[in-house]
Amino acid sequence: MGGRDMTAQAPLLRVSNLTKTFGGVTAVSNLDFELPEGKLLGVIGPNGSGKTTLVNLITGFTRPVAGRIEFRGRDVTGWPPHRVVGEGISRTFQMVRPFYQLPAYKNLIVPLYSPRVKKLTGGRYGDRSAVALDLLEEVGFERDAYVSYKKAGALPQGYLKRLELAKAMALRPDLIILDELFSGLSLAEVASIVPIIEKLKHQGKTIIMIEHRLKELFRIADGVLVLNYGRKIAEGLAAEVMKSPAVRDAYLGSEGD
Amino acid sequence: MKKRKERIDRGIKVRAQDIFALTSYREMLYLLVPGAIPVVGLLCFAPMLSNYWREVIISTAIYALLAISWDMLMCAGLLSLGQSLFFGIGSYLAGSLNHYLGLPPILTIPLATIGGGLICTLLLLPVLRLRGIYFAMVTLVLPLMLSRLVEATRILGGTEGLTGLTPFPNQLTAVFLIQIVLLVTLFGFRRIKGSDYGLVITGISDNDRSVMSAGINIQWYKAQVVFLGASVGSFAGAFGTHMDMFAGMPGFALDYSIMPVAAAVVGGVGTFFGPLIGAFILVPLSEALRALGALRIVFYGLFLVIFVVGIPEGIFPYIQRKYQQVERWVDVT
Amino acid sequence: MLLGTLIYGFVNSAILALLAMGFNLTFGISGVANFAYGAVYIFSGFSAWIFLNTLGFPYVVAVLAAILLAGLMGLAIYFGVILRIKGMPLSEVMATFGLGLAIMELFRYFDFVGFRYTLPVFFDGSLSIGDVYIDYQRIIIGLIAVGLTAALYLFTNHTRTGLALRAIAQDERSALTFGIDPDLVGGLSMAIGCALAAIAAVVILPLGTIAVEGGYEVLINALAVCIVGGLGSTVGILVASVLIGYSQTFTANYLEPHWMMLVSLIAIAIVLVVKPSGLFSHQKELEERI
Ligand SMILES: Nc1ncnc2c1ncn2[C@@H]1O[C@H](COP(=O)(O)OP(=O)(O)OP(=O)(O)O)[C@@H](O)[C@H]1O
Ligand SMILES: [Mg+2]
Repeated sequence: MGGRDMTAQAPLLRVSNLTKTFGGVTAVSNLDFELPEGKLLGVIGPNGSGKTTLVNLITGFTRPVAGRIEFRGRDVTGWPPHRVVGEGISRTFQMVRPFYQLPAYKNLIVPLYSPRVKKLTGGRYGDRSAVALDLLEEVGFERDAYVSYKKAGALPQGYLKRLELAKAMALRPDLIILDELFSGLSLAEVASIVPIIEKLKHQGKTIIMIEHRLKELFRIADGVLVLNYGRKIAEGLAAEVMKSPAVRDAYLGSEGD
Repeated sequence: MKKRKERIDRGIKVRAQDIFALTSYREMLYLLVPGAIPVVGLLCFAPMLSNYWREVIISTAIYALLAISWDMLMCAGLLSLGQSLFFGIGSYLAGSLNHYLGLPPILTIPLATIGGGLICTLLLLPVLRLRGIYFAMVTLVLPLMLSRLVEATRILGGTEGLTGLTPFPNQLTAVFLIQIVLLVTLFGFRRIKGSDYGLVITGISDNDRSVMSAGINIQWYKAQVVFLGASVGSFAGAFGTHMDMFAGMPGFALDYSIMPVAAAVVGGVGTFFGPLIGAFILVPLSEALRALGALRIVFYGLFLVIFVVGIPEGIFPYIQRKYQQVERWVDVT
Repeated sequence: MLLGTLIYGFVNSAILALLAMGFNLTFGISGVANFAYGAVYIFSGFSAWIFLNTLGFPYVVAVLAAILLAGLMGLAIYFGVILRIKGMPLSEVMATFGLGLAIMELFRYFDFVGFRYTLPVFFDGSLSIGDVYIDYQRIIIGLIAVGLTAALYLFTNHTRTGLALRAIAQDERSALTFGIDPDLVGGLSMAIGCALAAIAAVVILPLGTIAVEGGYEVLINALAVCIVGGLGSTVGILVASVLIGYSQTFTANYLEPHWMMLVSLIAIAIVLVVKPSGLFSHQKELEERI
């Protein structure tokens, strides 16, 4: 590990020895990985393998039993979510739960109200609604169709997922973690979101994607991390990883059914 | 043939809400009248009433303040079953400042309002990290225990309380003071709720997870809301103390906790107008039913259950709907 | 003095545990905080009294009838009120709180006030341990508290129904997939909780009179124990009862009796600062599931 540090630049995110248990269940166990700036890391693994728990640990929604999370060399282990966001990490949720009775664009007011955005805009928020509408347009809410003004409760799943993505983007993060953004979406919907993520990557954002849709993921991922029972069973380039017998056993075995 | 009720927003409501294109005095009036009703009603009619009814108005206003304060907490998902905590702390603070330091009401009331807000916020700070019912449990328990603290340690006058406090110069001053505060609180809180800040607050009660992931420190915001609510409640307590010239254990009594909840639920939670209306229905009603004794509380209890279960939106949203929407029956094919 | 304090402290702890047990059980299983709990307690006291004195039932029948009635009342509250607002904890709290108020104040309105409202003890007489005299009723309270705790433990850990209840407590959705009806379990948890309140009432009330204020008192005590111990945790309830019970008795015997009332307040204050979710709560961990 030390040797790699010398050659490459310091990683944006470094997770070492991370462990989390819930009662008897070990959700994440002794996990180590690094993520250089500007890369897109795919995290895959069967259901219940601890992917969401990993996201929760990094973003401060749960505290680890052991281990360390460093972001830009700073120890952020056990920080509360709002401080983690302040450092520049934002996330989406696997199960989207917007403010249903608010219009879609008003859903973005909350992240736009956060101290991080205030700091980055130099204390001038401007008109948050206008910023929100622009953001929604960026993630594919057609402006002339007035989807942005519809109540979030009336929107189909595809738009809710985009809204979730927009919420994470509103915080202007350096690292953005997407927890199964594509689940529950049709092929066409996925195809329309992929370019948005590619664009984020071009802007230099670092991204972690938790995904079950391997084909789409492998097209855009720089590297893949495979979890099973909370343990890292493989890491590396997508093509290499899928050749590993452990991964075939754990992952493809369960996908077959 | 089956019929279905269809509701459509009145054109003027749509225009007023989104594009602010008002075209006539009639439309301006349409918007201004509802807000003007409580203002005119409170400020103009109160002086014409008899002394007895002014008393009733004052105690109604006290409960209305507590109910509005309750509603503010509810916006952030904090269910308080102990508005008497705020009332009692405000009451004892104002009472002590007056009794021990000899400060006049013009100083004790503002000091007790701010101080009470701070003390209550500090007391409740640890619970803010927990989910809803812990807040309900702790707020219910705290005032009752604090009144025993006073009883056991005999501080602050013990069971007798602090008596002979400075009264208001005259009843009319008191009436105007509390009504102005009531109106300022009402419109102020409505304004807060309508702002982006209010969106964050209601977001916390809706889905705290989402607000946390938006980089907002929800504990800090909840604390601010508790401070707002507790200050208003403490004001009610401080005011009541100078009104009765007495601060004592009754300030922590359950009445001050139950009535505001009932009023807010009956009137309509989350609207601030609702709790006001609720208080103006329930308090005079309970005055009229004085002869029934304990049965009044039975009624409040039942009102609470019936409204929570059967009519959860309350009275105010119903009125609002009638005012802002036209209804018509349409055929269902 | 010390022996007496130890014995009476134990009885006091047993009383607190009995009072909190039902509230905690309902919450632990179905997540419903039954704020009508104190009302059920005095309702059972008065109904036992009516069965005994007005209707002239034999003692055992009256007590059993009161417990049964409380259980039915729990079912009625669940299916009549809570089911309609299920999933909105704040509404559940308000509705049960309002219902409790209505029930208790109705007793006051019908003039159930005074010294004649007492329940008889199980056996008369007292026992001396060393130089400490203790009446049989207090011993029975201790025994019943221990017995009920053991029974509940065995029930939830070793019977089918008990395990089903626990499954619900842990995860409603997966329980559904095993064919357990959560509404039935919810109703049952409420019934058992209320029946436990009734048991507490018939064993504890003979020590004093049945009074409406007692209902508020019971709710406050149950809440205090649950706040200190951690809602939903049986171990927490026991530890908190022992902690508060003994501190109260020690305070009363060695400091000043009327300071006893401050013990729970101080305990709550300390717990809220040190570990707000209660000494033994797993609540927080479970909530974070996303
Ligand atoms: N709050 C919690 N309490 C108890 N157990 C939990 C909690 N959160 C997660 N677990 C357990 O930890 C393990 C990992 O769960 P996690 O949600 O991280 O899996 P996942 O990889 O995201 O699965 P999926 O693909 O279904 O989203 C599972 O066994 C789960 O039951
Ligand atoms: Mg997951």
